[in-house]
Formats: sequence, C-alpha cells, structure tokens
Amino acid sequence: MDTILELRDVQKHFRRPDGVVRAMDGVSLRIGAGEFVAVQGPSGSGKTTLLMAAGVLMQPDSGAVVIAGEEPYKLSAEQRAGFRAAHIGFVFQQFHLVHYLNVLDNILTAALASRADSAKERARELIERFGLANRTSHVPSELSTGERQRVALARALLNKPKLLLADEPTGNLDEENGRMVLGCLAAFAKEGGAVLLVTHDPKAAGFSHRALRMEGGRLTGS
Amino acid sequence: MNIGRLIIREILFRKLSFALGVLSVLAAVGCLVGALASLREHDRRTEQIITAKQAETQEKMELLADDYRRITLKLGFNVLILPKDQKLSDLFADDYASKYMPEEYATRLAKSRVATINHILPSLQQKVKWPETGRTILFMGVRGEVYIRGAGQKPLLEPVQAGQIVLGAELHQSLKLKVGDKTRLLGREFTVAKLNDERGTKDDITVWINLAEAQAMLGKEGQINGILALDCTCADARLPIIRAEIEKILPDTQVIEFASQAIARAEARRRAAAEAEATIEREKQGRARLRSEREAFAAVLVPLIVLGCAVWIGFLALANVRERRGEIGVLRALGVRARQILWLFLGRAAAMGVAGACMGYAAGQAAIAGAEFNAPLLPAVLAGAPLLSVLASWVPALLAAQQDPADILRQE
Repeated sequence: MDTILELRDVQKHFRRPDGVVRAMDGVSLRIGAGEFVAVQGPSGSGKTTLLMAAGVLMQPDSGAVVIAGEEPYKLSAEQRAGFRAAHIGFVFQQFHLVHYLNVLDNILTAALASRADSAKERARELIERFGLANRTSHVPSELSTGERQRVALARALLNKPKLLLADEPTGNLDEENGRMVLGCLAAFAKEGGAVLLVTHDPKAAGFSHRALRMEGGRLTGS
Repeated sequence: MNIGRLIIREILFRKLSFALGVLSVLAAVGCLVGALASLREHDRRTEQIITAKQAETQEKMELLADDYRRITLKLGFNVLILPKDQKLSDLFADDYASKYMPEEYATRLAKSRVATINHILPSLQQKVKWPETGRTILFMGVRGEVYIRGAGQKPLLEPVQAGQIVLGAELHQSLKLKVGDKTRLLGREFTVAKLNDERGTKDDITVWINLAEAQAMLGKEGQINGILALDCTCADARLPIIRAEIEKILPDTQVIEFASQAIARAEARRRAAAEAEATIEREKQGRARLRSEREAFAAVLVPLIVLGCAVWIGFLALANVRERRGEIGVLRALGVRARQILWLFLGRAAAMGVAGACMGYAAGQAAIAGAEFNAPLLPAVLAGAPLLSVLASWVPALLAAQQDPADILRQE
C-alpha cells in the first residue's frame, strides 16, 4: 500500500501568556492509499493542529511531513498553495461555503487554483453523485445543513485529491446526514484515497479502518 | 470559475458596500470634473464677454471715426505747405504768403505718393483791391485737386473753370450778385458760377478764380504761394511726421497745421478709444482674478475631497476584507494563491473606480450648466479613478493576501 501521508516526529508548540502549549508533541503517523484513519480526542488535544499540519497550512516546529512522496514544507508559500490544490481536499465542520455563490460555483472555487479545463464537467458529476442536481443554482442559505456539507464534500473532491482531511464534518449534522458524509469519506478511501478524520463523534470511528486517540499533543493507539 | 467571475458575484451580493464605494469615487471624480468644467466654462464666458465688448468698442470707434471724418471734411483743409523762406508773422498779418514756389511742387508731391496727407490743392492767393467795386478782397486762384490715390475721391473744393468766379458770402450779398451774373474783376469779365454760404472767416471776402487766370492776372505764371492739404487723422503728434515726410520730397518748403478744433476732437476720440481699451483691460483683469480665485479654491477643495474619498474607499475595503475573512481562509486552504487573493480585492476596487469614474464624469459635467464635453478628460478620468481606487484599497488587499488560513480556519 502506497503511503499518502506520513508525519515523522512532528512538533508544534504555541507560546501563550500562561506558558507553552504543546499542540503536537512528537506525532508520527502514516496513512496509506485507501486508508481511512479517524483521530479522536478531547477539545484542545491538538487534533485540529494535526489536521492543519497535515494539510500544509501550518508549518511544524520540527519533524517532517511527507505527502505523496513530497515534503511540501520545503516548498515556497506559493508552491505550497499549488500543492494543496493538487493533492489535498478539506471538509470542515462549518462547511465554509462562499455565501454569494451557488452550489456549482462553490464547488468550482476549488478550480480557482488548479484552473483545470474539465472542472465544470467534474463539478456536474459530483453534483449528480451527491444528489444536488436540483440545487445547482441555489446559494448556501437556501440549502439544508446536510446539503451544505455535501457541497463542501464535492468541492473537496473536485481536484481528485490523494488526501482528504475532515475536521468534525458531522458536528453540525443530524444522524442521517452524518452517516451519509462518513459513507462518502469511506467511499473515497475505497477508491484509493487517504482520509484523515478528526472528530469527537465516537460513531464516526466506526467508518474508519483505524481509530487513533490524541491527548496532550500525542497520538496513541497507532 | 475565475477571479473575475468571483468579483462580479461578490459585487452583486454586497451591493450596498460596492455602491458606497462607487459613490465615493463618484464624489471625487465629480468634484474634479466639475471644477475643471467650471474653469473651462469661465474661460468660455470670459472670451464671450471680451469679444462682445471689443465688438461694441469697435462699433463705437467706427462711429466716432466716421463722425470725425465728416467734421474734418466740413472744416476743410488743415495743412498748408509754404515756401521755406515765408515768414509766418507776415503770413498771419497779411492773410496770404508773399513768397512763391513752382506749381509743379503739387504734382511732385502727388507723384511721390505722400502718405501723411491727402487732397492736395495748389493755390495762388493775394490780398488785392477790386477796383470795379472799390473793395479789398482775398484773391484766390485754384485749379482742381492733384490726386494722390486716383481720381475717385470727392474733392474738398470744386475746381473753378476759366472765365468763372466763385464769391464769398459777404461779397455776393453786399454786391447783390447771383449765379449766372456777369461781373468784372481787374479788367476781365467773369460769370458767377457759385455763391458760398456765410462761414464767418476770411472766406467770406474771398474771390476764387481759375489758377491759370490768376497767375496771368498777377504776372505769376507757373507760380503758387501755397499748397493746401488735408491731414485726415489730425492728431497733434502727427505734425512732425508730416513735416518729416514733406521735407524729404520738397526740401525748400515748410508745413503748418491749423484747425485746432479738429485736433481737439481727434484727441477726444483717441482718449475715448484709450478709455474703451482700458475698460476691456479692466474686464479682462477682473475675469482673470475671478478665475484665479476659483482655481485656488479648486486646488484646495479637489485634493481634499479626493483624499477623503480615498480614505473612505480604504475603510470600505478594510471592512470588506474583515467580512470575508472566512472566505479568504477557505480559498487559501483550497490552494488559491496569495497573489490571487490580492487581485480579488484590487479587481473589485478597479471595478468600483470604473463605475464611479463614468458616473462622476457625467455628474461633474451635468453640474455645470452649458459645460462643453471635455473629450481628453474622459480617458484620463477612466484611467485615474480606478488607479486611485486600487491604491486606496492596496493596504487592505495586501492584508487579505497575507492572512494565515490556518489561523482563520481555527478561529472560525
């Protein structure tokens, strides 16, 4: 199994007035193609920091992050942005859709960086796949929360990333929609992608191949 | 999807914020265009006023000139050319010159196309006793005028034909002579050809006969003792010029000028012209002062308004950046480059500038009634306003581009 994401002894500390917070304290993790890994842990355990570091959004203080055989933190800021667009998809608890764009255009925002010619065609495929065909021209405020998360999922998958990072994607969803989203993540892994999910939801772990726990900036159970 | 489409969608979504920005650019451009249009309109109006005043003055001066020409003609000859050796004291005491010069001088003067005088009339004048009537008269022999600029002009004094006589008022009244009557003078018979009206001058006791006859009767063949002429402008300062010119042509002559009334009128006319010119000059200076005041006011007001609008646009851009913080974070996470985020905000500012420039130009032009379309200003405004808007939004756009997406996504 090819390794998609590898973290080697990654450290990330934040200096606060009340002392140093060790958000990641020597984290090592390897996720292969087709693997769905869930990370659980209490608030402030460093889950989101782990996701940001893996998503090439937050440079670790030390250690190495390797994605699809490359070390993105050795690239320039602009190259890292391109790297994210090409290899990584994000799904957030708050969906982070653009208020003034309709469903199709929200999905296509992922193509702003990649400028792929086939983006529109791919977006329509994803709209069909996520059951949003009759919502194409609707803006986020006209969608249900489940539909919004499906739009966010479609946006994350537009550029056919190798790695999908999900931060509490079911946190704002009812059980049915939560299951549907987790099912989509599992399907992505089944198609050969790698999924890293951070969540409070114990049920979410049921969809993963591996469930890890994070506490005090350290991963356990890997 | 591209940045341009994203800009348009965002503008349509946040219409009020965009409209406030456009309004700001409109105010700045409108103020600038209005100020320039106002100055242009002022210049146009000034030109109209000055042209009208100049035309009015010209008309008045033409009327004055015509009036003066008529007065001058009525007054008759006002320049007298005499032999150089003629004593003026004798001339004024005797009423005629006692020295003579060749009649040919008049022709020479005419042929040289003298420029300062006109209506050249050679004459032979003498005070004589009219033995047939026992009267002392002024005896004047004249021929037709010697023309300088062609024979078309009307003579001041009609020529007297041989055998004819023209009489002054005092003479024909006291002698009860009428036109067509025969009379004898110094043994020769003459027919009365014309009776002059009373003039109140020595002309009233003057007898005019043909020059050649007069020369024969006085034994002065080919001789004259004066050339009468007309200085049409009659300005007092002209006399030295006339003298200088005639001295060059006829070195052994002298020139005197009379008819002081004409000179006074000419002076009055000159002063009227000078006053009219001074009035126009005062009007020009007044308009220039007003323009200068307007220019100074615009030079303070326009930059102040432009600066105020730029600050306002900057605040609006900053508010837009703050409002779209989450959007910036997610776009950066999706791989959108910092440079693209910068253009996202600068493009919006440029669109605001273009819209504001068009409306501001129209508003500025419309604000000044009768303002002419200023074609070269339009492209300058269409280029300048977006540039101003982009510069005013530069710092907020830069802040947006430099935001850390991880920070935003963790906080949102």
